Amino acid sequence: MVILQTLVKKFGIWVAYLAVLLLLPQLFDSILAISIYNQMAIAIVFALSYNMLLGQGGMLSFGHAVYFGMGGFLGVHTLLMIENESVYFSVMWVPFIGGLFGLLCALFIGSFSTRKAGTVFAMISLGIGELIAASSLIFVDFFGGEAGISGDRTFGPTFFGVDFAQNIQIYYLAAIWTFIATIFMYLFTQTPAGRMANAVRDNPIRAEFIGYSARRVRFISFCAAGLFAGVAGGLFALNYEFITEENLNAATSGRVLLMAYIGGLGYFIGPIIGAVLLTLMNTLLSTYTDLWLLYLGILFLLTVMFLPRGFAGFIMMHQVAWLRGRLTSLIKPYLITGLPALVFLLGVVTLIELIHTEDETLSIWGLSLTPASVPTWIVLIAITGAAFYGIRRSLPQLREAWHAANKPDGEGN
Amino acid sequence: MAILSLKDVHKSFGITHIIRGVSLDIEQGEKHAIIGPNGAGKSTLYHLISGLYSVTSGTIELKGEEIQNKPPYEISRRGLARSFQVTNIFPRMSVFENVRCALLWSRGFRYSFWHLLGRQGELNDCAMEVLSQIGLLEKASFPAGELAYAQQRALELGITIASGAEVILLDEPVAGMSHSEAENAVQLIRQITEGKTLVMVEHDMNIVFDVADRISVLVYGEVIASDKPAAIRGNQRVQEAYLGEVATHA
Repeated sequence: MVILQTLVKKFGIWVAYLAVLLLLPQLFDSILAISIYNQMAIAIVFALSYNMLLGQGGMLSFGHAVYFGMGGFLGVHTLLMIENESVYFSVMWVPFIGGLFGLLCALFIGSFSTRKAGTVFAMISLGIGELIAASSLIFVDFFGGEAGISGDRTFGPTFFGVDFAQNIQIYYLAAIWTFIATIFMYLFTQTPAGRMANAVRDNPIRAEFIGYSARRVRFISFCAAGLFAGVAGGLFALNYEFITEENLNAATSGRVLLMAYIGGLGYFIGPIIGAVLLTLMNTLLSTYTDLWLLYLGILFLLTVMFLPRGFAGFIMMHQVAWLRGRLTSLIKPYLITGLPALVFLLGVVTLIELIHTEDETLSIWGLSLTPASVPTWIVLIAITGAAFYGIRRSLPQLREAWHAANKPDGEGN
Repeated sequence: MAILSLKDVHKSFGITHIIRGVSLDIEQGEKHAIIGPNGAGKSTLYHLISGLYSVTSGTIELKGEEIQNKPPYEISRRGLARSFQVTNIFPRMSVFENVRCALLWSRGFRYSFWHLLGRQGELNDCAMEVLSQIGLLEKASFPAGELAYAQQRALELGITIASGAEVILLDEPVAGMSHSEAENAVQLIRQITEGKTLVMVEHDMNIVFDVADRISVLVYGEVIASDKPAAIRGNQRVQEAYLGEVATHA
């Protein structure tokens, strides 16, 4: 019994993680859902690899998509080689090939880009990103120019009869790769190299005075991040069977930064939350509104301003109140502030959509609104304004409840 | 043979000559204090010894090997550790992690990405022992950046001594502390540097004369005297250049 308890405590979270990954298709099994799951799996590996750079190593990169893209390009080339029978192995190893190529690129680029951290590193990463993106349009044989390159994953030997032709098969493969990659990235944080990456992030000068070359520590983290970004790229190649310059340019690098930041950089689980959230916005929200990128920008701004440690940080903020058994005291104040906040959010979104729409009526939240109608605007602005006032009024109570829930035991007011 | 030896060390920043031919021999096990007025070049000298700055000319030997112009991590690996005037810790990591990181290199883990730290019982016990020495055992899981100032200074000492370095350089270890905090810190310094070579820069003369076996006085980048505390106290030149000034300010 004790052994079982220890095992649950030690590995429970991993078993739960694997179970969620494997059981997701039982929840929703439509083509769209499977496609979203595949994108989520790829995004999780990619965002976690970015977290190795910025969250754990303190290296702000604007060019991390390079390793993702390079892994993806070699992944598609591998598919082509399997198709041409130049090589003979299952397509399930494509992410591994992508990872090795990502690592190779990181070994080369990291050898000079990790000399310095901070602005210098960020600028070099931006430069390298632009350079590779531009090269992809020049070296057409490898990158395929603007059209990119495409392959076919249905060739090669099957794996116990699985040919990976269907999306659901690719999902299970991606889930296993995501699980393995997540475990290895987590284990990296528990090693001397991983811990020293945190130390160098916090204080590179001090790290040098305890025997470590900050540059070498950064280089190791950089290579590990390149490896796993390459794995994500390989998964991308398998899932979509084609890849273009867009997958290694600055926009993709920016997207992974947003995922990691919004999810929460300081926490291992943060980028996973960010990857899931942004994939949902990218796939679902974009089907409802053309303005989803604007909402993504607003979400990023709000996160930077009010939740600098991301969503994971927001969850972890409640740890103290939880440990002191006072978490329930926050439910009421959260509801009192949360309700007007929700109304305010809906009001603002409705106003933005009203401004944007060119139709005579706007269907939103089950309502049919007329942009040309002045009373519609007046009512909407009044509701949104009232909600804002409600937030302002309830905030002091929430703040007070927060302090009460977090104060040390036995401390008076 | 001296464990740390400086021979005619010079350091200039552009046309400004900060260190002007400093020569010093520090014996093994010695508690050596470097004193001098503000701007005398004490911190610069520390930066030169520990590798943060490169020397303009001259040599610095640690255990008979030249270390001038080597990077800090190489000097640290050769057995010289230092603390800083401004608290220099890893603020987002836990107190325990701060000390454990300081132990890693000397315990042979280097840049390993295959050892899981949670399984290194001996290493973890050693980190806890250091925490116990510096009185921070109860704060082991606390984020280092959230400790009180005196505790952060104690942690800084813990990081400095954790590697087991033979030569320890402390730069104003009690700066900014209250009288009682400073007393505790001095006690701690005595305890953790037992049997080691200590080189200390400190402005508090009571502490300097209390702790040091030998004192060197640095004025305008030159050592004007290097002797036992009693001799330094009676040195006319030192009185005029520094101690008189301290006495006037006191």
